[in-house]
Amino acid sequence: MSAFHVRRRRVAVVWRTLAAIALTVFFLFPIYWLFMISFKTAEEIFAFPPRWWPSRLQFDNYAVLFKDGDATTVWNSLVIASASTVLAMVLGTLCAYSLARFRTGGEHLSNWIISQRMVPPIAVVFPIFLIYVLFGWVDTYLGLILLYTAFNLPYVIWMMRGYILDIPISLEEAARVDGCTRWQVLWKVVFPMARAGLFATAILTFVFAWNEFLFALVLTRTEVTTYTVQVTHYFGGQSGFWAKISAMSVLGTLPIFVVVAFMQRYLVRGISLGAVKG
Amino acid sequence: MGRQIGRLSELLEVRVGSAGSLVAPRARPRERGFRLALVAPSIGVLLLFGVFPLVYLIVVSVQNITMTDVDQSFQGLLNYRLLAGDPRFWGALLHTAIFTAVALPLELVLGLAMAELFIKHVPGRTVFVALLVLPVVVSPIVAGTTWSLMFDNRFGPINQVLGWLAGGPVAILWTIRPDLVYGAILVAEVWQWTPFMFLLLLAALSGVDKSQLEAAAIDGAGYWRTFRTIVLPAIWPVMVVAILIRALDLVRLFDVVWALTKGGPGTMTETLSIFTYVKGFQQFETSYTAAMALLVIVLLSVAVFAALKRVELAR
Repeated sequence: MSAFHVRRRRVAVVWRTLAAIALTVFFLFPIYWLFMISFKTAEEIFAFPPRWWPSRLQFDNYAVLFKDGDATTVWNSLVIASASTVLAMVLGTLCAYSLARFRTGGEHLSNWIISQRMVPPIAVVFPIFLIYVLFGWVDTYLGLILLYTAFNLPYVIWMMRGYILDIPISLEEAARVDGCTRWQVLWKVVFPMARAGLFATAILTFVFAWNEFLFALVLTRTEVTTYTVQVTHYFGGQSGFWAKISAMSVLGTLPIFVVVAFMQRYLVRGISLGAVKG
Repeated sequence: MGRQIGRLSELLEVRVGSAGSLVAPRARPRERGFRLALVAPSIGVLLLFGVFPLVYLIVVSVQNITMTDVDQSFQGLLNYRLLAGDPRFWGALLHTAIFTAVALPLELVLGLAMAELFIKHVPGRTVFVALLVLPVVVSPIVAGTTWSLMFDNRFGPINQVLGWLAGGPVAILWTIRPDLVYGAILVAEVWQWTPFMFLLLLAALSGVDKSQLEAAAIDGAGYWRTFRTIVLPAIWPVMVVAILIRALDLVRLFDVVWALTKGGPGTMTETLSIFTYVKGFQQFETSYTAAMALLVIVLLSVAVFAALKRVELAR
């Protein structure tokens, strides 16, 4: 390759790097801004012109949330998201195994299940609310856990069906020949083999439940308010609530960032409903 | 609904190859019990939360229950007639269509451009990609909230930067001015979901056969020609799924708009989901809301059906 070509390629790399940096700034700045507000004092938040960073990191805005008990909404989110994830994973994986290996219900059942994922939440939340009023399930852990389980089940079934189909069937047949019962095959062959899939699906299911807003808005009042709803409680009041808005948002967002950092490689398959094999 | 969903599952299943079946020619009764026992709890939950509300909606929508009156007598299509004559409903439908029609192509094109950038050699690529996906996992309500802080007329950084460019203080009311509010919401929406498109398309692009690209380059094919004849067919299956997922999300758009404008000013940015929420949970027009919710489900099914049909024709 001539010196000219090498030079041109180097220049192209420089341009691409600059473009990548510009994009990263655009996509990260809002997140940076949100995080920074949570560390600012009231004077810094409402300074004109705006301050681009706090003079020092101080955690008063968080302390207020813990003192007022608002921070317990993160705990509520954790309880609801965890419990519904466990439930959806257990029920969904068993169902997925049956669909994948025995073609239970044929194509129709699989199709019906994935179609449940497409129903807009606003359309179902209304009748569910009326039923919950009847049962006394509004503003209870049970109500939201069951709803998120139902909401995430089609996703879990769909994803796990894909992962289970990837496991060579000969392994299961061999285990059967060796005298394993059906359940033992599940425990000793299928689950261990599908471990990565189970892990990835569970994490994304958790993220969906953790970030959900509309169901929580309709079905919580004061007892089991999730952090997403709590953030909106500060809306419309005095702008003095900015500190709370940002600190609350960070408390809810940081755990997800940590989780995602560890599961980067599963993310693509998860969010593409399995269309991209990550 | 069944058939078009069948097509969707075909699309989603680009990768799932042949898989064997454990079904013996004639399953013993105990085996059948095992299979059904695995499925039953899930189906039960889905029926309870999927089908029951649907039936409930159908029943309530032909009654006339409002906040003040519980009239459970059969009213025929009264609510559907009211709905058809309600400009606010048509407005909500229009706004939803606008958001979808603008945001979806923007996210797709920007995401594809970013994927094209990162498919080539960029130093520190994995770090960049890891950072760029963060908006996708932020809760949409938090994303909307963040942008409302960004757009604040006095203390927000956007007006500040514009002020530098304009050489004087700028105090634009982004979420209040009718001519700007759509732009503001779309920025937030596109900001959050372009990385989603980017991530999927980057994965799809990395699956394109390199030898074909090299052959095309040797034959002197230009960028667009190569893209149309080699790259696009290769990434098409993933692209269709990405578009479908985003389209379905946009049709039920709620969180970002709720955080930024709550449908305002007036009802200017009210989407179908927001209008349904207001009618059902703030004005308690029970039967009216049921009719609307049902209509949304029907419209969505028709839209998905039409989209999948087109996809099938295009293949």
